[in-house]
Amino acid sequence: MAALEVSRLAKRYGGVDAVVDVSLTLGQGERRVLIGPNGAGKTTLFHCIAGAQIATSGSVKLFGADITRLPPYARARAGLARTFQITNLFANLSVTENVLLAVAAAQDIGPAMLRPMRAYRSLYDRAAQLLADWGLAERASRTVRHLSYGEQRQLELALATAGSPKLLLLDEPTAGLSAAETARVVSMIHALPRDITLLMIEHDMDVAFELADRITVLHQGRIVAEGDREAIKADAQVAEIYLGVE
Amino acid sequence: MKLVAAAAVLAVLIALPFGLSEYYVSLATRMIILALFAMSLDLLLGYAGLASLGHAAFFGVSAYATALLVLRAEWNPWLSLVAGVALAALTGAVYGLLALRARGTYFLMITLALAQVLWGIAFGWRTMTGGDDGLPNVPRPDVVADTVRFYYFTVLIVGLGALVLFRIVRSPFGYALRGIRESETRMLALGYDAWLYKYLAFVLASAFAGLAGSLYAYYNKFVGIDYLHVVRSAEALLMVILGGAGTLVGPALGAALIVILENVISAYTQRWLLVLGAIYVVVTLLAPRGLVGLVLEKWPRSK
Repeated sequence: MAALEVSRLAKRYGGVDAVVDVSLTLGQGERRVLIGPNGAGKTTLFHCIAGAQIATSGSVKLFGADITRLPPYARARAGLARTFQITNLFANLSVTENVLLAVAAAQDIGPAMLRPMRAYRSLYDRAAQLLADWGLAERASRTVRHLSYGEQRQLELALATAGSPKLLLLDEPTAGLSAAETARVVSMIHALPRDITLLMIEHDMDVAFELADRITVLHQGRIVAEGDREAIKADAQVAEIYLGVE
Repeated sequence: MKLVAAAAVLAVLIALPFGLSEYYVSLATRMIILALFAMSLDLLLGYAGLASLGHAAFFGVSAYATALLVLRAEWNPWLSLVAGVALAALTGAVYGLLALRARGTYFLMITLALAQVLWGIAFGWRTMTGGDDGLPNVPRPDVVADTVRFYYFTVLIVGLGALVLFRIVRSPFGYALRGIRESETRMLALGYDAWLYKYLAFVLASAFAGLAGSLYAYYNKFVGIDYLHVVRSAEALLMVILGGAGTLVGPALGAALIVILENVISAYTQRWLLVLGAIYVVVTLLAPRGLVGLVLEKWPRSK
């Protein structure tokens, strides 16, 4: 069964066709990178898969279950996790509290009201484990807005992986990072469990070619090419629209 | 440390009537009731990040319901109090459905409008509510009829209410509210049904505001339309902001301060609203995180 199956998806805003008739199938454990010039519809497609926006037509299936019209939180519970293009964290909470919220969501303790958070020792253990895995253990009690940008991007990844998702959507995980930070984040993504299916948007071609099993090229809301890195590198049409080569 | 502070506060509250005249015991009672009202609003503003300008609706509904049940239906005063709180929660459950469709300033405007609807009813329905004459002679329950007993009763009820509120904000539910305040989209992406959390917080805050309102009806032995007025909602917002939103302790302090100020200043001038406005400006300029925020900046907790 496909991990993610997008069929004939379209999204219109008023008179603008942001995404036109996109079909995409990701096998379980596949790592797919979406590339394309600005305005190609990558982020819109992403939103339709994650639930921030609802597709105008077409369908999105997660492991066979139709999630086209589900609200984002229901998609998350179905095993989908995401990061955001613009860092989206709980800025005034500590690093540990950030991760705790992610871990608590995955444990499905519901809106427990009278038992203190501290009583859930296993959540704290899991949070500490995650922070150690993502190299943020020393920052555990820091307020998130005091972290460096690179650390915030790492924390984004920690939050997204806290619930052991089946499908992980990464929206430009290395955007704005220094070369050293990029290398670190790339190696962390490399080290993710292979059974997590990965769909990511990436502008940095080196990163895209390094991480992707397959690459999908989007242009003006349509898929113009799909294949492994050699095929994409050799594709004349891709070179023309994406790299600006005549 | 926190336990010591809580014990000290409790000791002072218990000892208070021994050192003060009845007038000041009565003033302290008012502070404590309004502290609960401010804390209930803090659950919305400080934790869930929902700025409501209609919180007096639940305070007033409960006060009116309690007074009317005692006066007109001759219900048992305890039962009337419970019924008042239940009606406040119910009103919150209905108003929450309407108000939580909006966010930010729009949420603020809708809560204001919804509260004004109740104010309008209380003002217009003279035969039932007494209009702007209000409902005088609301009898307190017999056992807590005198000033000092009513004071201890208030300390007990508000203390229990505060205890529950403190537990709520320390629970996973309370953490989730903070998360929603910080980033609702991130909470959705993590799998939280943010609307449900906000709705539950809204209903809870309504119930606690109602508890404060019913206590206040017995405290004043009177219920009037100002219980539902936007000024009361704004005053509560100011108590929260002055003390420090998202701390519970801050808004309780803010309530005490506002009551003291109002008491002192009204001896000199009728222009209390003007003073209230000036306080708001000064606080937002000098202590945007309230008095508790100011203290935490000066003496930050160890890491």
